[in-house]
Amino acid sequence: MSDSPALLRATGISKSFPGVRALDDVHLDLRHGEVLALVGENGAGKSTFMNLLSGVLQPDAGVMELNGAPMSPAGPRQANELGISVIHQEFHLMPDLTVAQNIFIGREPRRSGVIRDDELVRRAKALFERLGIPLDPRQPVSHLSVAGQQMVEIAKALSFDAQVLIMDEPTAALTETEVATLFRIVRDFISPRTGVIYVSHRMDEVKEISDRITVLRDGRYVDTLPTAETPTREVIAAMVGRQLEVGVRPDPTEPDPTQRPVVLSVRGLSTRKLLKDVSFELHRGEILGFAGLMGAGRTEVARAIIGADRSTGVIEVNGRPVTVRNPADAVRNGIGYLSEDRKRYGLLLDQDVVRNVMLSSLPGMTRAGFVRDTDGRRVAADMVRQLAIRTPSVTQTAKNLSGGNQQKVVLAKWLVRDCDVLIVDEPTRGIDVGAKDEIYTLLTGLAAQGKSIIVISSELPEVLRLADRIVVMCEGRVTGTLANADATQHDIMELATRFGADHLITTGDAE
Amino acid sequence: MTTTPTPARRRALRFGNRQQLQQILAFTGLVVIFAFFSFASPYFLDWPNVKGILLATSVTGIMALGATFVIATGGIDLSVGTGMTLCSVMTAVFLANIGLPLFVGVLGGLAIGALIGLVNGLNVSYLRLPPFIATLAMMMIAQGLSLVISGTKPIYFSDVAGFDQIAAGELIPGLPNAVLIFFVAAIVAGVVLSKTLAGRYALSIGSNEEATAISGVNVRRWKVVIYVIAGLFTGLAGVVLGSRLNSAQPGLGLGYELEAIAAVVIGGTSLRGGKATILGTVIGALIMATLTNGLRIMSIPQEWQRVAVGIVIILAVYADQLRRGKEA
Repeated sequence: MSDSPALLRATGISKSFPGVRALDDVHLDLRHGEVLALVGENGAGKSTFMNLLSGVLQPDAGVMELNGAPMSPAGPRQANELGISVIHQEFHLMPDLTVAQNIFIGREPRRSGVIRDDELVRRAKALFERLGIPLDPRQPVSHLSVAGQQMVEIAKALSFDAQVLIMDEPTAALTETEVATLFRIVRDFISPRTGVIYVSHRMDEVKEISDRITVLRDGRYVDTLPTAETPTREVIAAMVGRQLEVGVRPDPTEPDPTQRPVVLSVRGLSTRKLLKDVSFELHRGEILGFAGLMGAGRTEVARAIIGADRSTGVIEVNGRPVTVRNPADAVRNGIGYLSEDRKRYGLLLDQDVVRNVMLSSLPGMTRAGFVRDTDGRRVAADMVRQLAIRTPSVTQTAKNLSGGNQQKVVLAKWLVRDCDVLIVDEPTRGIDVGAKDEIYTLLTGLAAQGKSIIVISSELPEVLRLADRIVVMCEGRVTGTLANADATQHDIMELATRFGADHLITTGDAE
Repeated sequence: MTTTPTPARRRALRFGNRQQLQQILAFTGLVVIFAFFSFASPYFLDWPNVKGILLATSVTGIMALGATFVIATGGIDLSVGTGMTLCSVMTAVFLANIGLPLFVGVLGGLAIGALIGLVNGLNVSYLRLPPFIATLAMMMIAQGLSLVISGTKPIYFSDVAGFDQIAAGELIPGLPNAVLIFFVAAIVAGVVLSKTLAGRYALSIGSNEEATAISGVNVRRWKVVIYVIAGLFTGLAGVVLGSRLNSAQPGLGLGYELEAIAAVVIGGTSLRGGKATILGTVIGALIMATLTNGLRIMSIPQEWQRVAVGIVIILAVYADQLRRGKEA
């Protein structure tokens, strides 16, 4: 084993960006026939490392070898040609093209310059049969669910004759059955000449799929551990440099939140597409969890409440009926929304922390019509301290922050606006374990200060950890509301599948 | 984008880095062009010639100031050229035909500009037309209306006492008012863009419209406000142009919008929105006028002057792209 060269080896890799040392003397060793998990907190350098391996970026120092031969891909295409395929967390698909066109883009079969569509579809079909993916090659990608699009990305990556497959958080948007399909595909892919680098935050998945685990922290190499012999606790400890509690529940708060005044009351909320007669009440200082399968309508409830989508029904804030035609109305009534897609709906990526934090509160920060930037900077600096946002300065551009810190910036924006009701949608999506813990602590702390919070999450342990009560949805309806103390994952799942939906819920990181 | 370790340096660089670099780049370009022509021609640096350059900058420059706001939102305004003409014609109608007092007539001209912006803004925000289409339509409407209202003939301000002084008078001796108006308008635009809600929201919308909306900003309404601001500058440009020519020329205007957009782009403002500076636009407008002037002094035929301007646009935006590329 030791005398044959590794499939992929990287040694002494360093990479800096202006002001940030992203990677410092990192190494990695992928053997033939193995799945190597790459784990680390956000900002640990995983994405940078993958971008180096796939030729998107070039290292400042270090050597990369493929089967013992030095390699330095100048771009993703060249990495592809060398046999390295990457599945990115974010999709790079063209929504109006068909599945087959997306997979073979740039290398369409042609006869005298004319694309042969029949051959294109035939090849895609053959590929899907080989991978066991039930997709119609002729369907436009925009018609597919998120999971379906993920499958297209995977099929595309595997349509190259890849030796090394690098997967970045591939299950972030998948349900459990889809994850099972993905794992089957990964196992089928593994052979004595191939290997997989699997980047994930989800420890249960890492446990299930990987042979060894390489841990990065703060841009440095920490350790490589054999998966079978290492308890999850130890892996997490290596990632964050401390022990974490997993699977806890909130202390019962005194007095019982349901005895406190109702802050937000929603009755008969319906939309033309999905929601049917959704009703619930949110009390002061309460964290109300929303659980359900993907497509159950949880995000739609949030969007209807904040006026981003049209709806019918009655919304009362502090007992007073309100009309919410757009998010501006919602904010005026003290309701803030943190989207599951923070890059699209949460942040001004090109602007600095100050501008982002001030965005919702600008009218209150003016004097005689002029924005007082000194106030903004002071408020932003306060927030950076209060929420422990890790940024070199408040003038750092938002896109240069890690996912967890970006999420805190969005949270800061609403805290500065002093919203009474916060709706947080998948607050820890794409965020590593350590930062997750911080977000949980923040949310719990806010509730203790009297804020009312709705937490929408696909991870049951997250809902159980945070929520006082849990609203379960299925196919656009509320199928039950449970007090946390009475709720088990089993109960919630039963309610979430009450209408005979055939998916399974993602159970997240719990052990 | 450099991260600075000490708070003091951080403060010093607050406006620095990104924003300032693009202006330094454009400013260096301007200096180079100036230096080149002053070597090439002994007349170039004569005050009358420099004054000519500034005068030539003023009208396009004022239009470009307005266009900067729309471009900051990620939109585009094709109606500033013929819109300016319509404002100029309407000012002539108010003053020369109806005989309103000078002050009222000028305000009327500005109001027509604001009205053009209002219609553009409503079309973009509430009819959800792409800005390109909404303002393309307005470009044609304004052109047509100018011709209809004026009966396709120029209207002269000869009988309106004092109107020509708006551009030609010299409140500061030696400096034509048109230039003064441009500089004052630029300062106002700079303050509005960087210090008021309208300016901040323009940049936020250009940066990420959806996130701005979810943050509770009434994006539709603010877009209308921003187009109205752009329209006011169009109106001002119309008044200044009318005063300079001492007449409203209904056939003029087409093509000015592209000059204005070119000035904005040379100044480093991104057509994708989210990044815009007024200083950049001013420098951009000066570069355009200086180049045309210098080439004319060197007796380069007009056709070739256009070619040169085109090449400068390519170079300016390419330099900006290079810089952005390094930033990542």
